[in-house]
Amino acid sequence: MKPSSWSELLIATLLVFLAIFIPLISNGYWLSIAVTAMMYIALSTSWALFSGPTHYISLATGAFYGVGGYLVGTGMSDYQLSFWLMLAIGPIVAALLALLIGIATLRLSGVYFVIFTLGLAEMIRNLVSWVQNNFLGSRGLYVFTDFRDQHIYWMLLSVAALVYLFGWIINRSRLGFALRIIGNDETVARHVGINTAWAKVILFTSTGFFAALVGAILAPRWSYIEPNIVFSPQLSFLVVIMALLGGSGRLWGPLVGVIPFTILWELTSIQFPNQSTLVLGIAFLLIVYVLPKGIVGRLEQLRAKIQRGHHE
Amino acid sequence: MDILVSGLLLSGTYALVAMGLNLQYGVARIMNLANGEVLVLGALAAFWLYTTSQISPLFTVVLVAPISFIGNWLIYRFLLLPLVRRSKTQGNLEVDSILATFGMSFVLIGVMVSIEGGFFAYKYLSSPISIFGSTTSLSRFVSFLIAAIIGFLLYLWLNHTRSGVAVRAVSVSAEASGLVGINVPRVSAWAFALGGMITAIGGALISTFITLDASIGVVFTLKALIIVIMGGVGDIRGAIVAAIILGVVETTVATLIDPGLTLAAAYLIFLLILLFRPQGLFGRRPL
Repeated sequence: MKPSSWSELLIATLLVFLAIFIPLISNGYWLSIAVTAMMYIALSTSWALFSGPTHYISLATGAFYGVGGYLVGTGMSDYQLSFWLMLAIGPIVAALLALLIGIATLRLSGVYFVIFTLGLAEMIRNLVSWVQNNFLGSRGLYVFTDFRDQHIYWMLLSVAALVYLFGWIINRSRLGFALRIIGNDETVARHVGINTAWAKVILFTSTGFFAALVGAILAPRWSYIEPNIVFSPQLSFLVVIMALLGGSGRLWGPLVGVIPFTILWELTSIQFPNQSTLVLGIAFLLIVYVLPKGIVGRLEQLRAKIQRGHHE
Repeated sequence: MDILVSGLLLSGTYALVAMGLNLQYGVARIMNLANGEVLVLGALAAFWLYTTSQISPLFTVVLVAPISFIGNWLIYRFLLLPLVRRSKTQGNLEVDSILATFGMSFVLIGVMVSIEGGFFAYKYLSSPISIFGSTTSLSRFVSFLIAAIIGFLLYLWLNHTRSGVAVRAVSVSAEASGLVGINVPRVSAWAFALGGMITAIGGALISTFITLDASIGVVFTLKALIIVIMGGVGDIRGAIVAAIILGVVETTVATLIDPGLTLAAAYLIFLLILLFRPQGLFGRRPL
């Protein structure tokens, strides 16, 4: 990931400002797509903060997202706690979980980490269902709030802006520099005195925090919460695809991937619901074989080529 | 005793599938996350041939073997070899192969769902038999026997033939084997194809006693990966011990606590291995 400049921050601020008005000009169907897109923007930008520089592919998004959503559900439904309190608790729990997973796996090679995160959402779902069925008795949880789509949208927008700002600061900090060195060559990073494990663990913890925050905000949209719904392994894959499709080399790269893919995904889910897995597979293959650095990477390549052409 | 017997019988096929993955990761250096889908494909073939044309799953194994061998060879040659050539480091290759095999696994799931969207349920050799006083089905026992025979043959081949030694040499160091005149790309392609074949056979066997569906592959990928890591990459003896541990622990949890917690049990084992013996049960600590 390249360091971010002040001009990028300025453009981002402008975009966030413009995005505030989207619910005022759209409603119904398009607003609901905007909510989904905003959710993926927050999730995949946060994903790319960790996986972009380190090249560790995290598939834990669905698990953290589920923790956030489920805790809001159980807190409001079983214990009559307020939404805002659960909104604060969920991300902290998920961040602690991410911290533990990070400590256990990130000291080792990247493969172990990928494998561990691969089944994480499913495993937590199994555990939660088991606890629910055997000790709590209730199966579904209800989340009733006065929020409508536009409120959820604005909350997600502020999370996305927060993630961006966080990433921008990280990118310009010593930690961001350290992560870039780790991504290029971990041995070198260790030799120049970087505590590689901690740098990775801190960033991974932040992705856990943000994913749970997004999951908690979306809980009122579901209104009925069941472990099978909120712990979705598919979500983790979608986030990976969108971030890589846009390109994880830039802070704003995932944004470029999210918007077209969200629309494509909505269309396939409605038109060809049985073929959605196939689309997912083709998207992965496309990224690896055609766009290994994402759309942004490809555009930068083209620009470099044109510039070289001018000099000759 | 019941738990021990069914756990052991289960671990036979687990070990077989893990050996397949071990060949692909240890020798061809491809982290194949579509491994579980290849397994389910083998299971689907057994189910489909049995329900449509009454072909015995044991005969399907013979059919599946050459087809999956060729299929996996083609995948390696045309989809994965370009990635091997493109990547500068092992880390790059790992990321690329993980993403590419994810893609393949989803494509395979998509194709399989369109063939059979429901469960692959059929009855074959389900008559009860008794082993050490505990009752189990004949299909479990037969699958275990076949898995054990294939595993044994694989062991003999790897340890007592020239080509087997070449495969092991590549798994130790691809660079050094190239220097002593081993055709590394060819050996890797063969190992990948062989690994895929073994996995598909394992799938056809498993389908005789576990009901699968098109999207369950990832669970088997995870289990195979956990076994490979527990046993140590490239270590057949370790894989067998690890498969037995996983099979018995899973059966214990499923019988005594809840069948829904088998994955959590597998994760617990995985976590313990990562924390205390990341180099595998019998592996040596890297210097």
